[in-house]
Amino acid sequence: MSQHLRPDLAVIAEAIAPGARVLDIGCGDGALLKTLRDSKGVDARGMDIDAEQVAGCVAHGLSVVQGDANRDLTDYPDASFDYAVLSQTLPMAKRPDLMLDELLRVGREAFVSFPNFAHWRTRAALLLGGRMPVTRALPLTWYETRNIHHVTVDDFRELTRLKGCDIRGCWFFAGERSLSATAANLRAEFAVFHLAR
Amino acid sequence: MTRDYPVSSIRLPHDLPLDSGQVLSDAEIAYESYGVLNEARDNAILICHALTGDQFVASEHPVTGKPGWWDRMVGPGKPVDTDRFHVICANVIGSCLGSTGPASMASDGQPYAMRFPVITIRDMVRGLVGLLDELAIERLHCVIGGSMGGMQALSLAANFPERAGRVLAIATTARHSAQNIAFHEVGRQAIMADPAWSNGDYYASETSPDAGLAVARMAAHITYLSEDGLTEKFGRRFQDRPDGAPGAKSFGFDADFQVESYLRYQGSGFTRRFDANSYLYITRAMDYFDLAEEHGGKLAQAFGGSEARFCIVSFDTDWLYPTAESRHIVHALNAAGAAVSFVELSAPFGHDSFLLDVPALDRVVAGFLSQ
Repeated sequence: MSQHLRPDLAVIAEAIAPGARVLDIGCGDGALLKTLRDSKGVDARGMDIDAEQVAGCVAHGLSVVQGDANRDLTDYPDASFDYAVLSQTLPMAKRPDLMLDELLRVGREAFVSFPNFAHWRTRAALLLGGRMPVTRALPLTWYETRNIHHVTVDDFRELTRLKGCDIRGCWFFAGERSLSATAANLRAEFAVFHLAR
Repeated sequence: MTRDYPVSSIRLPHDLPLDSGQVLSDAEIAYESYGVLNEARDNAILICHALTGDQFVASEHPVTGKPGWWDRMVGPGKPVDTDRFHVICANVIGSCLGSTGPASMASDGQPYAMRFPVITIRDMVRGLVGLLDELAIERLHCVIGGSMGGMQALSLAANFPERAGRVLAIATTARHSAQNIAFHEVGRQAIMADPAWSNGDYYASETSPDAGLAVARMAAHITYLSEDGLTEKFGRRFQDRPDGAPGAKSFGFDADFQVESYLRYQGSGFTRRFDANSYLYITRAMDYFDLAEEHGGKLAQAFGGSEARFCIVSFDTDWLYPTAESRHIVHALNAAGAAVSFVELSAPFGHDSFLLDVPALDRVVAGFLSQ
């Protein structure tokens, strides 16, 4: 079902219950939405800031709204969705902590995926090279990237603790490869968290 | 304005109740249709036209001989594909291309003129729904409209939610702003200031308020374009003289500038195909439009009963119905839990972008209709 999806999206698609209502924030080209709609009968909605991406989604018959998640999530009533998904978008949020609040307000549960800034390659680039890391997971230079809040697996866990979130599941990846949770803060390039309140 | 060309139309078998409390009897709805209605009668698309539009969405205009106003969008293999869909476009009541309006004969055999009741966008939609009833089309695959057509599409979704499975509203608004009303008032005053208007009673006379109507159209036309579009198209360039001499300042009041010449041409061309009283009535209907007001002051309530999928499209250079108005609609649809798509497309042509060559719009329309 999800062989073409990015690995973080594939585990999210796998974990979402059939027939659920889902909002994918920062849905990009709509790959997750399309998979959820076509193979799980999900009522899949999306939001993205990029007009061309949104036009592409609509052209594929998806319900996607062009909007800025920092501002436009307030449009949605509480618990409008079973799941709110934020994939690879958290570091771009103006206030990731408030974004997390919004995710768990509009969605009863949330999936958040992000690149782990404490991955050993990133650490090495900074420690040994003395430069802002440009890696497979963080491919853009410091002046090009839209990431304004880099985050690590351990930092994110701490934020969920402060927010009183319940971690229902977590998944870690190095490239396409799935990893165990052991020393994830060092080994994982990407993390996916399944949260509830 | 007399009509000397045939139109297809249906006379509604019942009185049309109007928001004003009056009724419109024997209303005639002129319409064009394209493509085949399938056996299940569920592949119909209703296209609603804008202020000065008409039913000739994809067929030659009987007066001007120009191609249909959305010929680029509607036809075989086009985004609104008439090989797949049965497309209907009707002239709204109050207009002048065959549907009942101020130029039509009242029961006393005289034109209504200003005796025509003041109508609203919802009244126009009542007329369109009356047409659908007569055509035995229970539920549209989609209702589509740009500008005032978008207002009708939204009004149909709000007032007859069971009649459309999809709603595509382009370059439109859920309410007319003070600025929108102000521009319309300029147009109406131009018409009414024309001595030939004669309180609307000009149908039997030799003259009609063409000068006033042309000015109304010129003022409105500016609002349909973007500043950058006008600059690019005309700049400060001079218009060549009628004798072919290169243009220059005349130190008079001829159309020295190309933009003046263009507007004059737009204005005078318009008077050939449009009735001044219709212009008064339809602009009034648009000014009265406030979908939230009809639904307890809350726009979200207007869409509370809707199972339809919505697609809202705005253009970044449209200052008549700017993106903020579309966002306002999207906000309400989200609050109502409706399935909504929204995109602001980039196009240089201002409000008129919805009628012009914007390939991204074609893709959005085709994709939305196919889902």
